[in-house]
Amino acid sequence: MRSDTIRLGCGAGFSSDRLGPAVDLAQRGALDYLVFECLGERTMAFGHRDRMLDPARGYNPQLRARMRGVLAHCHANGTKIITNMGVANPRAAALLTVDIARELGLSGLRVACVEGDDVTHLIGPDTEFMDHPGAVKDVGLRMVGANVYLGVEALLPALQAGADVVIAGRIADPALFLSPLVHRFGWALDDWTALGRGTLAGHLMECGMQVTGGYFADPGFKDVPRLADCGFPIAEVQPDGSFVITKLDDTGGCVTPATVKEQLLYEVHDPAAYLTPDVTANFRGVSVAEVGRDRVRVSGADGSARPDKLKVTIGFDGGFLGEGGVSYAGPNARARAELAADVVRERLTRINQLGGDLRVDLIGLNSLHQTAEVPMSDSADVRLHVALRSTDRDDIDTMLWEVESLLCCGPAGGGGYRGQVTPCVVTHSALIARDQVSPSFEVFVA
Amino acid sequence: MSQPRRIHDIAHARAGDKGNTSNVSVWAYDPKDYPLLKQQLTADRIKKAFPKLFTGAVTRYEMDDLHGLNFVLLDALEGGVNTSLNLDSHGKSFSYLILGLPIEA
Repeated sequence: MRSDTIRLGCGAGFSSDRLGPAVDLAQRGALDYLVFECLGERTMAFGHRDRMLDPARGYNPQLRARMRGVLAHCHANGTKIITNMGVANPRAAALLTVDIARELGLSGLRVACVEGDDVTHLIGPDTEFMDHPGAVKDVGLRMVGANVYLGVEALLPALQAGADVVIAGRIADPALFLSPLVHRFGWALDDWTALGRGTLAGHLMECGMQVTGGYFADPGFKDVPRLADCGFPIAEVQPDGSFVITKLDDTGGCVTPATVKEQLLYEVHDPAAYLTPDVTANFRGVSVAEVGRDRVRVSGADGSARPDKLKVTIGFDGGFLGEGGVSYAGPNARARAELAADVVRERLTRINQLGGDLRVDLIGLNSLHQTAEVPMSDSADVRLHVALRSTDRDDIDTMLWEVESLLCCGPAGGGGYRGQVTPCVVTHSALIARDQVSPSFEVFVA
Repeated sequence: MSQPRRIHDIAHARAGDKGNTSNVSVWAYDPKDYPLLKQQLTADRIKKAFPKLFTGAVTRYEMDDLHGLNFVLLDALEGGVNTSLNLDSHGKSFSYLILGLPIEA
C-alpha cells in the first residue's frame, strides 16, 4: 500500500555514472520509479556513430550491466524504470532488456521503447542554428544524426500502457522525472505551476550525486562524509509538487541546503526562465529547508507556458583529439618545460606545417586558466601537455610522434611520455515546430 | 581581527556549461555575508578580473532569498566542449577561479 507520496530515485546522472549506488536504490530505496539519466549532447552523437558501425548498437554501453544489476530488484519491489539509455537506438535497447529479463526469469516484464526523437530527416544543409549564426552546410563536417528534445507527452503513453521499463532516447532530462509525477498525480499538461515544481524535482535529481555531496567537497570548507560511498538521491514528491530530497541512511555523502542550492542553478541561466519542452519553469521563489538529517524540503517553484518550439541537437563527426605529454621536475623544471613547449610548437608549425587547432599547456603552472590573468605558480613538477584537434588522423599521429621525440631530442630530464587519441563529435542546436514531431512507443513482453 | 579574505572564505560556488556559455552560481555560507558578496562580486568585476578568459557579456542574476548570485558568461568556453583544447573544456574550474578573488570586509 503506497501513500500519496511518490518516491523517485536517480540511478545515474551521466552515461558513465556508478552502478553500485543504483543497485542500492533498487534494492532498498522503496522506490516507485528509478530513473537513469545517461545522455548528454555529445553522448547522443557518439550513439549515432556506434549505430552507423553496427545497426544493432547505438544504445548506452552500460545498459546491460545496469539492467542486470537492478532489474530483478525493481521487479520484486514494484519499482518501474525510466531511462534515456536508448540513446540512438531505443528499440535495440528495449529488445536487449527483454533478453536480460528472460535470463533473469522475469517472465511477463513489459519493456517499452519510445521513438520519434530522431529527426535527422528534417535537417538539411540550410537548417539554421539557434544560438549563433550559420547553418548545417557551414560546419564542414559529416552530420551523424539529429535529435529533438521530447517531453512528458512522449513518455506518458508508455507509462499509461503499464510498461515496467520505459527506454527512450533524447528526452529533456527533467521530463524523465516529471513524467511519472504527471502520470500518477494526474497533473494537467497546462498546470504550469505543478509542471514547474515537478521540473525542479527532475532538475535537482538528474545529475545524481551532484545533489548528495558529489561535485561539492572542499576539505575544511565543505566536508562530505564518506564520499567514496556516496549514495544516489531520492525525491519524495507530494501531490502539490513540493518534495524532499534525501538518500539512503547508510550511504555516504550528504543532502544539505548547500548541496541543493548549488544544484538548483547548475547549468541554469535565468532562474526565472528554465526552458523545457513541457514548461517554462521559474526557480526564483524557491525555498529550501533542512527538515532532518540528509533531508531537505524544496518548495515554491512555479511555471508558465511551455516554449512554442522544440530544441534539436545536431551531431557531426568531429575527427580526433590527440593529446601527448612529457613531465619535468626538480630545479629549473619550469624553464625546461617552457623550452620543450617552444620546441614542440616550432616543430609542429614550421617544420611539419600542421593545420588544425593546436594548444600547448604546462600542467602545474597555469594550464586550466592560461587565458586568465592569474599569477603562475612556481612548481617544480611541470608537465608539458600538447593537444591537437583534426579530422586528419595523420596530423594527430605526427603530433604525438613529435611530443614523444622530446624524450631524446628535447630539454634535459624529460620523462613519462604518454599519448592518446580520442574520437570527437561536434554538436549544434536548432529549433523546429512541435507539429513536425510525432513520438510513438511499442511494448515488448519478456 | 580583520584579515585579508577571499570570496572562498565566505561563499561556495558551482560551475556548469551549455554550449559556449558557462554559468557559475556563488552562495554565501552565512546570510549576513550576502550583502557584502552582492556589493563586491558584480558582473563587471568578474569581467574585468579575467578579461582574456571571459570575453563575452557577463550577466548576474540575484537569488536574494537563498543568498546566492548566478553569473552567466557568454563565449567563455573557447567554443565549448566540442572544440575547446583546454584540459578543462567544460570550464568546471571557473567556480574556484572566481572564489579566488579577494573580498574586502
